[in-house]
Formats: sequence, C-alpha cells, structure tokens
Amino acid sequence: MIRDPAHWSVLAVMAPLVGALVALRGRPVALRAGLLLGALGSGGAAWSLARAVRAEGPLVYPLAGWGAPLGIELLVDGFSVVMLAVTALVGTGASYYATAYFGDLSEASVRESPAGRGARYFAPLWLLLWASLNGIFVSGDLFNLYVLLEILGLSAAAVVTLAVTSKATVAGMRYLLVSLAGSLLFLLGVALLYIAGGTLAIGTLAEAGLEGPLPLVALALMTVGLAAKTALFPLHGWLPPAHAAAPAPGSAVLSALVVKGSFFILVRLWVDLHGGGTREALLLLGFLGAGALLWGSLLALRQRSLKRLIAYSTVAQLGYLFILFPLLYPVAGGWSADAWAGGVVHALAHALAKAAMFLAAGSMTYAVARDDIRAISGIAHRLPMTFFAFGLGGLSLAGIPPSGGFVAKWLLLRAAIEQGAWGWAILMTAGGLLTLAYVLMVLRHALDRSETPPSFRPAPRRLEWAAMALALLAVALGVRATELIELLAIGSGGRLP
Amino acid sequence: MSYILAWEALPLAIVLSSFVPGIAIMFLGEEDRRLRVGLNIAGATAKLALVAVMLVGVAAGREYAWRLEVLPGLELSLVGDALALLFVALSAVLWFVTTIYAIGYLEGSPNRRRFFAFFSLCVTATTGLAMAGDLFTFVLFYEALTWTTYPLVVHRGTPEAIRAGRTYLVYTFASGALLVLGAVWFQVETGTVAFAPGGVLDPEVAADSAGRFVLLFGVLLAGVSVKAAFFPVHGWLPIAMVAPAPVSALLHAVAVVKAGAFGVTRLLHSLYGIEVAWQLGVALPVALLAAFTIVYGSVRALGQDDLKRLLAYSTVSQLSYIALGVALLAPVAQVGGLVHLVHQGLMKITLFFCAGMLAETLGVKKISEMRGIAQRMPLTMLAFSVAALGMIGIPPVAGFLSKWYLGMGAIQAGAPWVVGVLLASSLLNAAYFLPVIRTAYLDDPEGTFDDGTGRRGLEADWRLLVPAIVTVLLALGSGVLGGFGWSPLGWTEFIVDRGAL
Amino acid sequence: MTPLDLYTLAGAVLFALGFHALLGRAHLLWKVLGVNVAAGGIFLILLAAPPRLDPAVADPVPQAMVLTGIVVAVAATAVALGIALRVTARTGLPFLDEDHLEEDDPA
Repeated sequence: MIRDPAHWSVLAVMAPLVGALVALRGRPVALRAGLLLGALGSGGAAWSLARAVRAEGPLVYPLAGWGAPLGIELLVDGFSVVMLAVTALVGTGASYYATAYFGDLSEASVRESPAGRGARYFAPLWLLLWASLNGIFVSGDLFNLYVLLEILGLSAAAVVTLAVTSKATVAGMRYLLVSLAGSLLFLLGVALLYIAGGTLAIGTLAEAGLEGPLPLVALALMTVGLAAKTALFPLHGWLPPAHAAAPAPGSAVLSALVVKGSFFILVRLWVDLHGGGTREALLLLGFLGAGALLWGSLLALRQRSLKRLIAYSTVAQLGYLFILFPLLYPVAGGWSADAWAGGVVHALAHALAKAAMFLAAGSMTYAVARDDIRAISGIAHRLPMTFFAFGLGGLSLAGIPPSGGFVAKWLLLRAAIEQGAWGWAILMTAGGLLTLAYVLMVLRHALDRSETPPSFRPAPRRLEWAAMALALLAVALGVRATELIELLAIGSGGRLP
Repeated sequence: MSYILAWEALPLAIVLSSFVPGIAIMFLGEEDRRLRVGLNIAGATAKLALVAVMLVGVAAGREYAWRLEVLPGLELSLVGDALALLFVALSAVLWFVTTIYAIGYLEGSPNRRRFFAFFSLCVTATTGLAMAGDLFTFVLFYEALTWTTYPLVVHRGTPEAIRAGRTYLVYTFASGALLVLGAVWFQVETGTVAFAPGGVLDPEVAADSAGRFVLLFGVLLAGVSVKAAFFPVHGWLPIAMVAPAPVSALLHAVAVVKAGAFGVTRLLHSLYGIEVAWQLGVALPVALLAAFTIVYGSVRALGQDDLKRLLAYSTVSQLSYIALGVALLAPVAQVGGLVHLVHQGLMKITLFFCAGMLAETLGVKKISEMRGIAQRMPLTMLAFSVAALGMIGIPPVAGFLSKWYLGMGAIQAGAPWVVGVLLASSLLNAAYFLPVIRTAYLDDPEGTFDDGTGRRGLEADWRLLVPAIVTVLLALGSGVLGGFGWSPLGWTEFIVDRGAL
Repeated sequence: MTPLDLYTLAGAVLFALGFHALLGRAHLLWKVLGVNVAAGGIFLILLAAPPRLDPAVADPVPQAMVLTGIVVAVAATAVALGIALRVTARTGLPFLDEDHLEEDDPA
C-alpha cells in the first residue's frame, strides 16, 4: 500500500494527532482508542522506518513533493529512528499506565471524580505532545522544528497543570514561560540563519557551509534557547518543580522524552549543521554538562520529595548528554564513533529508566498518598514489583550492569580514555557513584521496616506492570545494543544527505 | 536459533538454570510456597546436572563457549573451561545445599519471595562471573553480584541491617566503579578484553610503558580487592554478618568473596600473565598484601566473642591464601591457592551452617554461651569441629592440602617467608578455633539448652542439619581423596598442568 | 540606512524590549505581552530579509514564516493566558511565587 517507506514518517506524526482528536471526545472508549492509535502508529512507523533506514540509508521526504529550498523536507536517519522507537516504547508504557492512574476511566469516573479532569485531558494533551515529538525527530527543516518545538512546549506545560495543586499550576506557568523564552531565542536564530544561508533545510545549509559571524550568532541564540528547554545547568531551575508536580505518567514522559526533543535539535545543530566547528563552544557545553551532573546529583541527595529527587536526577543525567559534545570531536575534523554511540545510548537508556522510575514513584505515592521519601518506608514489602522496577531503573541510570546505562558508560569512558581526556572519564565515574547514592537512598527507605507502616492502598496491577516493563527494556538495552549502534551510524556525524 | 540448542550453549544453560527460577519466583505470590520451593530445587538440580555434564566434557577435552554480541566488538562471552568449572562446580554444589538450608532456616518468616528470587539471581551472577570469557563479561556479572546481594544482606530490614547494607554498597560500588574504569582502560591500551591462559599482555609492550601498566594494574586490583577482602578494604565483611545465616554462608563460601579472589586470579593469570606481572613487579605486592591480610585477619579473629564475627575475620584471613598462592611464580603454589577456593568454601560454609543452627535452634550467638553445647547438639559440633580443624590445617581435612601445596610452592618459588606466614597463620587459627571447640565439648553447660519446642529426635531441623553434614563430608572427602583426579585438588592440578590458568 | 535596515533595527529593539519584559517583569500579563512584543520583533526582522533571486520580488519564505509565526504566537498567548488566569485563581496573585505554597494542597 505504501511504496515509499518515507511515508511512514508522516504517519508517525499523524497517528498521535488523529489519536488526540479521537481522545478529545472524552468518553472512556475514545480515550483508550486514541491512546491505542498513537501507540500503534508510532510503533509501526518506528519499526518500518528502522527497516527502511537500515536498507537504504537516510530518507528524505519532500512534503507534497516540494523539496528544499522552498518546500519542507522531512529527514529520517538512524538517530531519528532510535528516538522514534524509544518514544514509542516509553509512550506506550506511559499510556498504559495512564489508563489506570486516573481512576478506571469508566464513564462515571471521567465525568465526576476529582481526578476526572486529569483523566479527560491527559490523553489528548499527551497525544498532541507525542505528535510534536515525533515531528521533531523527522524534521529536516529549521522553521518546521520551531513550530513543533512550540507545540511541544505548550502541550508539556499543559500536562503539568493537569495535577490539581497550586504547585503544579505555578510550576506549569513557569515552565511555559521558560519554554516560550527558549522558543523566541530559537526563532530569532532561525531567522538569522535564513538571512545568512537562504534556506531552512538543515542538509542544504550544512552543505553550503556557514561563514561569517551571523550564523555563529544565530547558533549561539538557538543553543541558549534549546539549553533552557533542555534544562541545562544553570538554566535548570524550572524543571524539578514542573516534573515533580505533574501527574505521574506526565512526569515520566516529560523527563524521559520532552527534554530529549530539544536535545535532539541541539545535536542536529552542532553535529549535522555545524559539524563540530567552534570547539570552544562544544567545550563550554561540556563544562555546563559537568556542572549539571554534579549540582543535580547533590541536590537530588538533599530532596525529601521522591518525585523531586527523580526530577533533580534528570537535571544531573542530562549533564552526560552535554559532556557528549566535546567528546564527539576529539580534534578538529575528527569524530568519535564511541562517544556518539555512547551518548545516544545514554539518552535512550535514560528515557526508559527514568520513565520506569517516575512511573514506579507514581505507584508508590499513589499507595501512600504522599510524595515523601520517608513515607515510603517499607514499601518494598508492599509493592515488591514496583520496588524492583524502581531499583532496576536506578541501577541503569547509575551505569550498573546489565543495563543500557552500563553499555553507554562503557562507550563514553572508552571515548574519553582513548582521547586521553581523563578529566571527563573520572567525572563520569564520579557521576555514576553520585547517582547510586541517591538511588540507594530511596531503596534503603523502601526496605526499611523499622518505622510504622503508613496508611496504604494497593496500587492497581497495571501501574506496577507498566513501570516494570520499561525497567526491563532498560536492562535489555544492555544485553543487545549492536543493531541500535549500527543504526545510529547511519547519517550522523555530518553525513546527512 | 539452532545454536542455542548446541552443546556450546551449555554455559548459557548453566547461567539460566538459576536465572529463570529467580525471575519466576519474583512473579509468584508470597504464599505460593510449594511452587517456589519446587522452582528452587528444580533449578539447583538442573544446575548440578548441567555442571556434571560439562565436567565430563571438559575432562574429555571438549570446549564450551557461548557468545552474544552486546556492542560491536564487545561480547557477552561465557566459556566453560577447566578453571571456570572449578568455581562453577563449587557454586552449583553449595547453591544446592544452601537452598535446602535456607528453606528450613526461613520457614515462616516474611518476604521469602524476595529472598529466594535474589538468592537465585546472586548465584546466577556468581556462575556467570565464573564462566566469564572476557573482562567485559566479568565486570558485568561482578557488578550484578553486588546489587543482587544487597537485598539479601538487608533482608531483615532492621536499622542495623540497613546500615550494614549501606556499608557493603559503599565499599563494593566504589570498587566496582574503579573496576569498570580499569577495564575500559585495559581495552584502550591493549585493544582487547579477552581472557587467555598466560595473559594477553605482550611482555615487550608492557615493558615499554611499564609505568602505565603498573598504574592500570593498581586500578584493576583496587577494583577486585574489596570483594577479595584485602586489608584495608575488608571492613564491610564483618559488618555484613547481620544477614541471615544462609546468606552469610553463601557470601563467605562462594558468592561475593570468591568473586574477588577469582578476580585477582583472572587479573594475574588471564590478563597480565603471571610472568609479565612479576616482570612488571606487581605480583610481589599482591603476595605481600595477601600475606599481611592472612595474619591480620587471624589476629582480629582472636578474642571475638560473637561467633559469626569470628568466622568473618577468619574468612578475611583464609581468603587471602588464594591470592597468595596464585600470585607466586610456582605452579605448585598456584595449585595450592586455587584449590583453596574450593576447600575454604566447603569448610567455611559448614562453619556458617553450624553457627546458623546454633542461633536458630538455641538462640546461641556468642562463644561464651556455647559452654557444653556439644552435649545438646553433638552432630552440629562435630561438623563444626572437623571444619575448624581443617581451617587450622590438620590432616586429613582439605585445608591441610591447601597449606601443604602453598608451602611447597613457596619454597619452589624461592619465597620461604611464605612458609613462615603459613605457620603463623595456622598457629593463630588454632588459637581462635580451639578455644571454641574446647568450650563446646569440655566446659559444663550453665543450664539446660532448651529451645522451648520440646523437640525430640534430631538435634535441629533436618533441612539445616543435613546440608552441614554433607558439606563437612565433602571437605573431609576432598582431603582424604585428594590424590584422585576428580577431587578438587586433582582437578586443580589438571588445570595448572594443562596450562589453562 | 535603507528601509530594510530600519526594519531590522526596529525588530531588534522590539525583541530586546519584549524579552526584557518577559524576564524582568513579575506580573504574568507583562510576561505574556513581552512574548508577543519579542515575537513581533522577530517578525519584523524576517520581513526585512533580503530578496534572494529577483531584487524586485520579495522572498516568499520569510513571509510564510511570519504568517505561521503569528498563528503560533496567538496559540501560545491563549495557553499562557489560560494558565496565568488559573495561577491567579489558585494563589490569588498574578505572580510566580512558589515559596508560599502549601505542600500538596488539594485545590
């Protein structure tokens, strides 16, 4: 039926979008159907595109047949495909979780329960968010990226405000404003790049080469904007309150996926568009990443709220993604395949593990009706599977095998040691230990039986299973990552078509 | 997928034989006792049978290797060779008896599902580590062993247990991070992570950049030395005693500490090669460190009143025999060191089984409470005494053979000071074990030992007693039948003679 | 100075003003208006983009970008105003002040 495999990239956007429209009907069956449509469409698109990219290399799809420089082009390479795939996996897990988290979605509960607003609006907002994420991963056009980035920011902030607390409303507002500021800087950069290069297609711009100060100013503006959206230290202040206040499935997709959307664009800019130029800028990104790793981890250790701890952990783990930039280009014109594979596998493993942790934390706070690390004392005995899912996710985050995090750490360390960059190697090792420290702080409380058990209501099985499935996927990534890494080598490193 | 069914996949099957029950148990309900016990026993039996098949095969010269590419150029590699089998066979046998012991020991206590799940996963990590064909796989299972053991150490969930678990993790994860760093560095320096008999390091390359390789050795050694409980990073071991008795037994005989000792062996023999290690001057410090730890652990064991603490310090000491033996440049000493991996395991697990029985049956945890206890629990104390005498090195128990070969090898290697260390350690062993035996047999009991159940017949639950008797008989048999090819000693000689170390 | 340069300059000034309001003003309405002013500045810069092929014909791409951008800005403004209203309703103040919030108050 579909001859050109690139058509699938359109489906990746359209399926969740149509799903969102279906879910807007608000009836329980519509909510389920919309989520199912989003999951099936995204999963199918990721799978088919992966096969096509493996067979044919990067795909370019001119929308309506009009290519660059005037038309809008979609671009699918190995990096796009793995991000689509991990989004499909995490998204499906979070959607499944959401069908049980907001009550049983029965007609009456959607209409009347206090969480009814969450039940009714989470699905459409999240599907809109999903569509914009998928769109970002397949866009080869800068302005298109801007529009999708804006939709992503709006729907993400709205998801935060679905939680019925003042905290969530204020955190969502702050998130929205930061996001808008970031988008403005990005749009200004796009405008300047267009004036300098005469096109919006990333591939064409990269071929033309960027000369003079204007493109660098544009890149700098866009980078600051995207760094704010990715919560790069020291622009991370908005993230912990927002991610902690959102409803649990929302927290999972915000921490696992949404920040990766803007990170994805940063990679497109610094790897595909600018090809590792301006090494000082890459080093600066790396230093900020180091700051994020240390500062985020230290603050995570000081939290009393479980979800805030996980949110600070996101700030810290995003640091690794920025340490990636200086490691990618050991020397001018060089390219470290290990760093590339390690960095992206880290992003994927973090997405799976962090989603699992947030979902597990959601089950724990659901069970004890409080978001406090001391309140989950002894929960390991009540919700053993949730405890196990949280533990596996945390271990993957810290790079303890077998897990995707371990494979990523091995690759990143190898890249650093090969380059003689011992500073980065030791920093990443220390970062792993800091991660362990805060993960184990939670596990220790969960195992502690000395305190009297707080009030407890059992969490629905579906909540437990969704977290477990994602945690197991994070582990599986550490057992077999070969195909993924081969896929990643297609198109990356300034070799876009 | 036909290769999965081939003989080469036997190592994978051995790993899975405990992994699958472990995962399955996690998904069972807490009350599915019969199914859980069935899964445990089935897994343990299957592992024993598979290991037996592999033993026969390896003796006949067969090679078993299973590989799965994890990353381009990095494999999960499980190899069933003679050296791996020594450790795997030990784990399989001791897992079986410890499972029975644990079922009896934990009868009726809460959270058995979690306990047995992680118990199986812990053994999975141990067997995987034993059969690791390269450093990558070794590191993977080495770290997995750390986190699978943690829920066992803190099983009771008391503040004391939680604290002990924290200490355990601080030590093991910090060293694990160094091991990962060292492993990646090793790959960058040499281009490989494979284990090979005689090492993979080119002597000339090593000599050219000696400083770097010495430093690298230091990082790797720091990585494995925590689990090997070398002084001064042994501190976690006595604290981890808070775990239930079957866990302590497994930890001290097979799982964690042996992983460290085995890691030292792999580092010296399969990565650097013992000759290159001596040429670089890194083997002698290992031997000296081990020797010091032997004496230090024994001295600390003196005067302990808590039986399990005494046994823990004894482990610190005995464990270093292995490292001392394999660090010496004499095949006979290497045989002595390696065989102690098995001998110490058999003797120490007996001691812990007995200590657990005393605590579980009579609530006796201190040596001062053991006056005349042999009258009440004669079989337990007989097993205890035989194992303790073996630790001291009295023939015909297995420990004697280890010390004999170590001593002979030391003289062969031109390191007569080792004999002095062995003598001093044996005297110290006697000094802390004999008073326990004397208290148990010769002192008059202060009152009657009453467990309150009015139990008649056996002195303890048979599921606790039988494993202890089996292991002590194995320790005795390994000593008496040391001359036969299938004994641990015979097998170790087979390894060393074949150049498979 | 050509008219195009004037547009660009005016755009830059508007962007700076708007962005300053977004970051510097505490009142949420100021912030939302700041976003709109800054976006307007960018649109001016885009409108003033130099022609590419024929000097007499405007480059259609920036025009299309401005149109799309206006739509996006309207949508963003609507969402921002909606959430700002709810902040005001919940906390009684049109400001972002997280320090004085009760823990997990069920609104």
